[in-house]
Amino acid sequence: MRKIAKSALDSLFAAMSESKKVYLPVDGEGGARYQLWTEGTVLSEAVNTVRSAKDFFFPQTENLVEFKMEGKKLDVIDVRRETEDFVIFGVRACDVRSFDILDRVFLGAPVDTYYKNRREHGVIVSLACNKPAETCFCQTFGIDASAPAGDIVCHMTDDTLFLDAKTEKGEKLLATLEGVTEPCADSAADEQKALIRSRLDKLPLKGLTADKFGGDKTKEFFNDPAWASLSESCLGCGTCTFVCPTCQCYDIKDFKTADGVRRFRCWDSCMYSEFTKMSAGQPRLTQKERFRQRFMHKLVYYPANNEGIFGCVGCGRCLAKCPIQMNIVKVMKKLGEGGDKND
Amino acid sequence: MIDMKEPLMPVVGEVVDIRLDTPDIKTFRVVTPDGKKAFEHRPGQCAMLSIPGVGEAMFSITSSPTNTEYMEFSIKKCGCVTEWLHSMEVGQQITIRGPYGNPFPVDDVFAGKNLLFIAGGVGLAPLRSVINYCRHYRDRYGKIDIVYGSRSKDDLLDYKEIIDEWANDANVHVHLTIDREQEGWDGHVGFVPNYVKELGFDTDKIAVLCGPPVMIKFTLAGLYELGFEKTQIYTTLELRMKCGIGKCGRCNVGSKYVCKDGPVFRFDQLDELPDEY
Amino acid sequence: MQKVTRDILVNKAKELLANGTVDRVYGWKKGEFAYDVTPALFKSEKELDEFVFGDFCGANVSKYLVAESKKAGGKILVFLKPCDTYSLNQLTTEHRVDREKIYAVGIPCEGMLTGSALKDKVDSVLSVETEGDTVKVETLYDGVKTFPASDLLPDRCRNCKSKKHVTYDELIGEDGEVLDSGRFDEVEKLEKMTPDERFAFWQGELSRCIRCNACRDVCPACTCEKCVFDNPKSGLENKAAADSFEEKMFHIIRAFHVAGRCTDCGECSRVCPQHIPLHLLNRKFIKDMNTFYGEYQAGEVVGNRPPVVNYTKEDIEPSEAVKRGE
Repeated sequence: MRKIAKSALDSLFAAMSESKKVYLPVDGEGGARYQLWTEGTVLSEAVNTVRSAKDFFFPQTENLVEFKMEGKKLDVIDVRRETEDFVIFGVRACDVRSFDILDRVFLGAPVDTYYKNRREHGVIVSLACNKPAETCFCQTFGIDASAPAGDIVCHMTDDTLFLDAKTEKGEKLLATLEGVTEPCADSAADEQKALIRSRLDKLPLKGLTADKFGGDKTKEFFNDPAWASLSESCLGCGTCTFVCPTCQCYDIKDFKTADGVRRFRCWDSCMYSEFTKMSAGQPRLTQKERFRQRFMHKLVYYPANNEGIFGCVGCGRCLAKCPIQMNIVKVMKKLGEGGDKND
Repeated sequence: MIDMKEPLMPVVGEVVDIRLDTPDIKTFRVVTPDGKKAFEHRPGQCAMLSIPGVGEAMFSITSSPTNTEYMEFSIKKCGCVTEWLHSMEVGQQITIRGPYGNPFPVDDVFAGKNLLFIAGGVGLAPLRSVINYCRHYRDRYGKIDIVYGSRSKDDLLDYKEIIDEWANDANVHVHLTIDREQEGWDGHVGFVPNYVKELGFDTDKIAVLCGPPVMIKFTLAGLYELGFEKTQIYTTLELRMKCGIGKCGRCNVGSKYVCKDGPVFRFDQLDELPDEY
Repeated sequence: MQKVTRDILVNKAKELLANGTVDRVYGWKKGEFAYDVTPALFKSEKELDEFVFGDFCGANVSKYLVAESKKAGGKILVFLKPCDTYSLNQLTTEHRVDREKIYAVGIPCEGMLTGSALKDKVDSVLSVETEGDTVKVETLYDGVKTFPASDLLPDRCRNCKSKKHVTYDELIGEDGEVLDSGRFDEVEKLEKMTPDERFAFWQGELSRCIRCNACRDVCPACTCEKCVFDNPKSGLENKAAADSFEEKMFHIIRAFHVAGRCTDCGECSRVCPQHIPLHLLNRKFIKDMNTFYGEYQAGEVVGNRPPVVNYTKEDIEPSEAVKRGE
């Protein structure tokens, strides 16, 4: 383990930036968001960024391919450029777990080469949460915010940042930082970890469990009468989906450019009415079915396909951002309660 | 599971022949610009066709894998992409990627068995590939029955191929029907589900169903009456798709993705899925 | 803050359910925290146990009436704040709701807090209490913090345009007056910018847009059965901007489309997860229309035609508008 004074963070980021682009959460209008580090950029202390860190590997829009057409002839042009190595600094435990969840989708056969390329070039430097928020429930999914995963895992005290390399990628990066950091005992961050754990114990959503859900629970929950009242006021917007670190649905669309057609993919939402609409029919006719899909996917379908791992990391973004304040915590509590009065 | 190096990257396909099959179904023959098959597939698998700027859509590959020269797609006009495809002329280049999905179990479960294919309308398209595959390897299968119905004689897909080739094969029995009486038609008249019951098949076979939902529903009931088990009956599902590789998230029924885990399903497998297709 | 209590509203709802005036109630349901109340439908006296009312019940429920008033059954009871009544009138004018199916009870409003505005100022909110105009927030790490309500209220409440209910079947408490608010102050600041500064301002704000459509989906003026941005045949259907022009286009087209019909309820800005001050776009249109065609408030009177669709010979020449933009 190595350490650096908090007051010297600038020199750490400067050293990292020598070999790679460094992105980190920065406070701004409307909340914290990841930004490229340049001289003077200040690390945000917010527990979460407004948008998750998934953008780095699965950006909101991404060009797939271009076409040139002349008469009846057509050319397919691969427009991908070489991706440079980059560092994402300050990723929280929940968002680090979200990468595992996305990996299982995008890196499962057949591999999504666009995602894989970005993933291979990214180094993840995580940062334990000193002040987990009231909306946090990562513990429900077995995530320990005091000990995140990542290539390098960091802990910050009032005056010091501790860095612990966990992977080969992390060790390589940390080796380049020897000039600005100094070695310290492996136990140096233990006190901070204990403080965080004591804070995690006091969170209001601490007791929430996902025990009743899982891959084999389709029949149990699909026809739960509670879906009707839970989805009653859903606007059908995509806020929850787009701030979610694990939502991975996308659309593929064509965009006519001056001299051809660009095919890009962009985030899509199962909450949208057009998501499953075909010329021949629509399997999810009302918002109830769309709403159900989103939560069944996280709590039942995803675990069914991924050895019981849930598709939610408890980051709490949807709790903070839903326009009508409906969210996965309310859904988890309400489902399975039996006979809903509103149906 | 299929593995592809670049699953989202299409190749160019050239339309070398267009056949008007019925008033609203055309069959397109597609090869690469250098005249080859774009890729190999198994019976029942699908491919993504697109016209850049218009859109991309998933279609069954209707030609048999045993056809070494080209691929064919029988496509009904019913939306943006299909309308554009129908307006194409020979020589038009499009994009193609695939193959996607799981095929019919032609080499294991179907081997040595009697087979009953039941199709309605454009539902023959996904079955043509497996029927022609089984005809090609005729000695690997038992008796083959084909029940096919459409609105009218003009709406029967591949009519010429059925009459000239399938019906003349040894131990292949073709049963055609149309919904209403029509001049120049002396065959059976009536809906497919009733015709299946009238024909009264033995249960010593595997049944494969494909057609509009209402036909599936009533034919299935008829097959149960005849004593068929769910484990003996296969069908294909169709939902909206974008990626074709189980990642874009829209064609799932419960935890199964039609593009990746389907489109071929056995009815006992469908029973395990929520009713959302 | 709020002068009317939950019990007053629940008792009114129970009375109206019991005497058959209404058969369901659109209100708010309690959540996990002080701020996360959800709009909800209540169909019986028993269900009203979960009914809440307080300083976070800012959601304008009038849009739900578009779908709800089409359903079979009796009347729907809604409790409307003054600004919500403008929306209901506008929806009635546009024949989007069946006013006969709605029983509107006007309730006074002292300004409504929002969870997102609160969480901008305070980390980790455990509970919120208001006493008069003071908001006491209990936090996880910083003890109890107190704020004057005006520090936490969103723009739409700090610059409340009216305490008057423009439609109701029954009123709880005294009706208020139309206020002389400073709601155009921010717009004037934008107008004073140079075109480059203004472009940079909106570029900065709108580049944060994630195209979640929350602004459109919550907007009581956005009631098209099929939005042009959802229609694959429109050529505009996109879930994300393909380039930086499209990013702005969505919001500008939407602002044009609701011009003259937007009542300035401010829901667009309330729901934006990226805190884009979308209401300023709409207010610019309102301000311009006031200048060009005389004072006009959408939703003030049922049946009023917005000036932009109501040609008169005295209308300003389009060239005047062009000149002002130069």
